[in-house]
Amino acid sequence: MSTATSSSAAASPKTSAVTVAFERARAENRAALVGYLPAGFPDVPTAIAVALAMAETGADVIEVGLPYSDPLMDGPVIADAVHRALSNGTRIHDVLLTVEAIASVGTPALVMTYWNPVDHYGVARFARDLASAGGSGLITPDLTPDEAGPWLAASGETGLDRVFLVAPSSTDERIGAVAQACRGFVYAASLMGITGTRDAVSGQAAGLVARVRGHTALPVAVGLGVSDPAQAAEVAAFADGVIVGSAFVRRITDAPDPKAAIAAVRDLTSALAEGVRQRRS
Amino acid sequence: MTAPPAEPMPSALPPAEPDISTVPDVSGHFARYGGRFAPEALMAALDELTAEYEQARKDPEFQAELGALLSGYAARPTLLTEAKRFGREHAGGCRVLFKREDLAHTGSHKINNVLGQALLTRKMGKTRVIAETGAGQHGVATATACALFGLECAVYMGEEDTRRQALNVSRMRMLGAEVIPVTTGTRTLKDAMNEAFRDWVTSVQTTHYCIGSVGGPHPFPMMVRDFQRVIGLEAREQILNTAGGLPDAVIACVGGGSNAIGIFHAFIPDDKVRLIGCEADGTGEPGRNAATISRGSPGVLHGMRTYVLQDDEGQTLGTHSISAGLDYPGVGPEHAWLKDSGRAEYRAISDADAMEAFAMLCRTEGIIPALESSHALAGAVQVGRELGGNGTILVNLSGRGDKDMETASRWFGV
Repeated sequence: MSTATSSSAAASPKTSAVTVAFERARAENRAALVGYLPAGFPDVPTAIAVALAMAETGADVIEVGLPYSDPLMDGPVIADAVHRALSNGTRIHDVLLTVEAIASVGTPALVMTYWNPVDHYGVARFARDLASAGGSGLITPDLTPDEAGPWLAASGETGLDRVFLVAPSSTDERIGAVAQACRGFVYAASLMGITGTRDAVSGQAAGLVARVRGHTALPVAVGLGVSDPAQAAEVAAFADGVIVGSAFVRRITDAPDPKAAIAAVRDLTSALAEGVRQRRS
Repeated sequence: MTAPPAEPMPSALPPAEPDISTVPDVSGHFARYGGRFAPEALMAALDELTAEYEQARKDPEFQAELGALLSGYAARPTLLTEAKRFGREHAGGCRVLFKREDLAHTGSHKINNVLGQALLTRKMGKTRVIAETGAGQHGVATATACALFGLECAVYMGEEDTRRQALNVSRMRMLGAEVIPVTTGTRTLKDAMNEAFRDWVTSVQTTHYCIGSVGGPHPFPMMVRDFQRVIGLEAREQILNTAGGLPDAVIACVGGGSNAIGIFHAFIPDDKVRLIGCEADGTGEPGRNAATISRGSPGVLHGMRTYVLQDDEGQTLGTHSISAGLDYPGVGPEHAWLKDSGRAEYRAISDADAMEAFAMLCRTEGIIPALESSHALAGAVQVGRELGGNGTILVNLSGRGDKDMETASRWFGV
């Protein structure tokens, strides 16, 4: 469909922090490490402290989850965590505070969100407030470019990145259209399923990344089911970015207190950061 | 543009308008509502389903097969019954007629949709069907069709609902379906739907998700509506025959809204016929009702833009209704569109009013209705009194109440 370079170059008014992070990783001949944390879990200050620890120990980009009542792409680990964040009274304001804290230490922060909270907040208003907080953009698991008109416009005006997903079931035609609409990177879901750790990297991941590359020069990051350094190294052999979510959330869930949660996330981030530098194949 | 499902009835009477569907558009939008807010992983399956369905609805062989199942298996056409005592004693003296979907096989209108989707499942070569269910009526219908077609069946049901609709859980299991109690969130219909989507994202290659109402991402709202249209097509002919004219009002309960769309649709071009949807108002308090159109606001839920019960940050609110089948914080997008366009009106019926109407019907007509349908009956009582006895009201009696005996016994202390 689209030519390889047109989408990123033409649509991007300035080079985003996410793009810079991926370029740096590429220059170092490694994959970028993208870590996910839900805002407000286990509480707002701890989530911020954990995110900063993640940034300090090697995460190139951080996805801040916006807690939502009906996370239908998430498995029990993340679903339980966001439920707890909501029970604690986490609000969109807290998500923006978390983004601001991460951005202030120079690590790009994307918000991972189901669509209704943004829709309800007002798409243009959300984009403005996210940009003011220093956020880099949105990852939208239940919004595809087909229904994204207002977000395409708002991200265009604010220069925010828009990360849509592709899946093993996506047709080539859809991959082309999704990649064309993306800015920052393309999120390749490694398997057909929901978030959660898996014993092995999906055999579908490499093929999907190769298919995406036929449509765009944007970086391609792989998520879903990647949880340990060995898997990170395996994915780093064929992808530009490695996305880890549930494994981090599980460390926080299992920690007896905030201090232990921070230490556990530090350890895992450091180990994964080594993993993405090994590019084992 | 809509080819109606095959009608088993003779068609000597004035037909319902053949082309009454201006909606949805090709991408599934009912003006600003509907659409497809779904994960990319499901897009290929939704496209496949849309294509298969578009083909099926123009395919005389498919329509003939569905028509034969509806008449030879599901017991269609269902009766139109005049409720003389109920009308006289409780509905202001109005003439009240019931479309008896409670007499369809499995005890509700849900079978109409499920037989259509089971045929499509077989056409697509899929071997497994999943469904969500609230009251268990859609779950029972799905389990029934899967038994008939030899398909594997799993039904997601909120744990709270498995308790209050225990009879239907037993029925599903006897029919060979796996019933999976859902323990996340509020443990009701919304959460059952979340789990069904999670299953589907994982299993979509072999599995069809048989959504039970006129909700979800395109093409479900359109396809389920088309499968349920048979209710109104039959009822319109029957009431012209029986009453010699069109009713003043058509009344149905609305959870997701499939029985309501089913009976409304053939009457949409009949400008003088009021279309009235009755939502579940529970106790009427915030978080303790399920009156989505009456008390909600536009948003996105379960793949569609529609009215949603949500808080000030777009989080879905908890719901309550005495009726498990109406206990849902969203509604089909076509209802949202009918509401905004003014063609249909919606009112909220409390638990107490629904239970009172339930008892009225038992005692005046010897019919035990589902608690869902009892909300429509309460609406008929209100509207009948408003009309002052000079009207004709058609009510969709969408299901029978065997499943609700325990809840009703507790409510009335009998």
